[in-house]
Amino acid sequence: MLKYLIRRLVILLLSLFVASVVLFILLRLLPGDPANALLGVGATPEQIAAAQAQIGSDQPLGMQFLTYLGDLIHFDLGTSFVSRSSVLDEITRRLSVTLPLALSAFFLALLIAVPLGVFAAVKANRWYGLVLSIISQIGIAVPVFWLGILMVYAFALNLRWLPSGGFPLRGYADPGRAIESMVLPVLTIALIMSASLMRYVRATTLKVLGSDFLRTARALGESFPEAFIRHGLRNAAVPVVSVLGIELSTTFLGAVVVEQVFSLPGMGSMLLLGIQQRDYPNIQGVLIVSTLLVLLTGFLADILQRLLDPRLRQEAR
Amino acid sequence: MFSLPKLSSALHLSGRAAFAALLTASALTLTPAAGLAQDYTPDAVVNIGSLYEPQNLDNTGGAGQGINEAFNGNVYEGLFVLTDGGDVKPKLVESYEISDDGLSYSFTLKDGVTFHSGDPLTATDVKNSIERVTAETSSSSRKKSLSNIASIETPDDKTVVITLEKPSISLPYNLSYVWIVNDAATDISNSEDGTGPYQLQEWRRGSALALVPFDGYWGDKPTNGGVMFQYFTDATAQNNALLTGAVDIITSIQSPDALSLFVDNPDFTVSEGASTTKELLAYNDRIEPFNDAKVRSALSRAVNKEKLLQAIWGDYGTLIGSFVPPTDPWYVDLNDVNAYDPESAKALLAEAGYADGFSFTLDTPDYDPHPVVAQFLQNELAKINVDVKINIITANEWYTKIYKSHDFEATLQEHVNHRDIVFYGNPDFYWGYNNPEVTKLISGSESAKSIDEQTKMLTEANRIIAEDAASMWLYLYPQIVVSTSNVSGYPLNGLNSQFFAADIKKVD
Repeated sequence: MLKYLIRRLVILLLSLFVASVVLFILLRLLPGDPANALLGVGATPEQIAAAQAQIGSDQPLGMQFLTYLGDLIHFDLGTSFVSRSSVLDEITRRLSVTLPLALSAFFLALLIAVPLGVFAAVKANRWYGLVLSIISQIGIAVPVFWLGILMVYAFALNLRWLPSGGFPLRGYADPGRAIESMVLPVLTIALIMSASLMRYVRATTLKVLGSDFLRTARALGESFPEAFIRHGLRNAAVPVVSVLGIELSTTFLGAVVVEQVFSLPGMGSMLLLGIQQRDYPNIQGVLIVSTLLVLLTGFLADILQRLLDPRLRQEAR
Repeated sequence: MFSLPKLSSALHLSGRAAFAALLTASALTLTPAAGLAQDYTPDAVVNIGSLYEPQNLDNTGGAGQGINEAFNGNVYEGLFVLTDGGDVKPKLVESYEISDDGLSYSFTLKDGVTFHSGDPLTATDVKNSIERVTAETSSSSRKKSLSNIASIETPDDKTVVITLEKPSISLPYNLSYVWIVNDAATDISNSEDGTGPYQLQEWRRGSALALVPFDGYWGDKPTNGGVMFQYFTDATAQNNALLTGAVDIITSIQSPDALSLFVDNPDFTVSEGASTTKELLAYNDRIEPFNDAKVRSALSRAVNKEKLLQAIWGDYGTLIGSFVPPTDPWYVDLNDVNAYDPESAKALLAEAGYADGFSFTLDTPDYDPHPVVAQFLQNELAKINVDVKINIITANEWYTKIYKSHDFEATLQEHVNHRDIVFYGNPDFYWGYNNPEVTKLISGSESAKSIDEQTKMLTEANRIIAEDAASMWLYLYPQIVVSTSNVSGYPLNGLNSQFFAADIKKVD
């Protein structure tokens, strides 16, 4: 297991390195010099040259790349061109919105999808089993921003239960309002996510339900719930966990859109703004941190899978 | 829908000035916000919704228009102030004298002014503040208009003497953009030290910026207990916040569709002020066929601008027939010049040698309203056999392709500034309009002996560019402020993105 962990960790670091190289190249392929975007249309060539020297965009690309890598190793994400503040500090501040948003949506989605998925599989032949799978099918088709808008319309504009967007100035120092402003965004992501998750849970449960080992367990005299809980769930969990890693990454993606709909000051809005302003350090920083998050979730999902399934541990030896 | 930082909002080049700019109320419906003098809660915090979050807190450091909205007149003050009505008035200046040759201005500063940090205002602060704007590293859009300053002297703590290279009647106007900053302040990208009625309480990036009244303010105390600018990236989210009472005012409504939510609703006040934002089709006047005034006039006459404005803004917005909005002192109604007349358009085109029409590419920025406007123009001009090819570009491409390289035939753009007719006096400007008479009038107006003379010269220039159809001026955007009905006293025009908050009254 330790050997596996180390190997997996090396892969993670290598992927991160490749991702950062790709990011660097892609951003430089974009047309336009960030110095132009910074200064606006009134700038003289001298001003632009001064700005280029200041942000280093006049250096040869290779030089820029080495500086960038050197800084990355120290986890220095640089200083924003536009706001002139530390990118890492800004990301930390933004993560304090995005992480709770994504994680609570993720767990809420699990809470909804697992019982409903199992139920839909067990009762697949009944009408309500069918209704559940139709609902989940619709849920997959609905775009997340559209659901967000519906939520605002229903719970903020009509019922006036919750704010339509924004985040309190003092953040979590104002816990009541901070939580209030998170409810609708979390619900939006969780509902969309639980739809696809539920289908996975249902499909793997159905597979397990038709399996030989479950029939054997029943033949040995275990009741259906007993057999299902002891043997079925764990077997059904393995493929679901592998999907979870991907699902959690899509949650971060969903957060980008949802933050826009609800005007939340998270990583997603930072990324969009960075792109509009050609603020390379900001874009790079956000993308690297989110790549890291996605790689980490994949890493955790792999390990969790091995803990659940002894057969995988066997193969690795 | 994401709001792009519009390039034109950075088109703050030089501006010309005069003191008295009276609101010519002809086409404007000004609805004064209701509310009785005593009828308000003095400690109520006013929540202001805006789409323009500043990028940092330094207006010489590429902070965008949002910083003017939040800080001009609220946190920082200048020697002069451009009021919401368009007048230039002394602010931190007690009195001033101009030498007979118009080259030397001597300003006496107000007594008893202190910065938020407690330091008193001195002449050195003023000198440093002006030099901060003109410095090599400054990316202030006002830099050019102050380049005429030869030297700044501070004979004593209360006196600042500015010597110019050549006379400039706009100096007080140009100084209204210069924030007076404490010269001891260190990090003004992320903090502030001004003399205004409010000081910065807190700024949470991506979310909100809070200002609280400054106890040591030299002038009248604000009529509210503070203001909070809440920033949105999405106009719908902003409208929702107003509908649910999370914000009290929206500084400017950008989407015509949203208005129906607030008009005729007793809970809200919708006010239309005087805008300075002009939608225009700019030709590249250097190249054929647009170097021919007859062709340009013909195109102008072929487009029904009233129908266009109605389609986009309904009953809001104004037709001005030229580039000068009613808040500029040199405004005259020029709608009759090259007015809508498709028949004479065809005749003019034939006269210019294009009886069979021609075709051109219209570089169209990808954000509202330009794509819609482009389609409208395509339809209108097709009627006189002019074929418009629409080429959609991003704001960044617009800047490099059009503004810098002048590599275009025609383009659409919105120009936001007050007093920006000066662009037509600069043959190197992107549209390349080159009429020596206009250039002479515009550059001469700066050395005018009086405001009247300056106004006369620029009015004349305005008339000439209209007759020349230098560009096709489509319409003047409306400037619409919406508030809940318990809030009053806010500025309506928002000239140059300013939003003075100190007189806002709110009933809690």
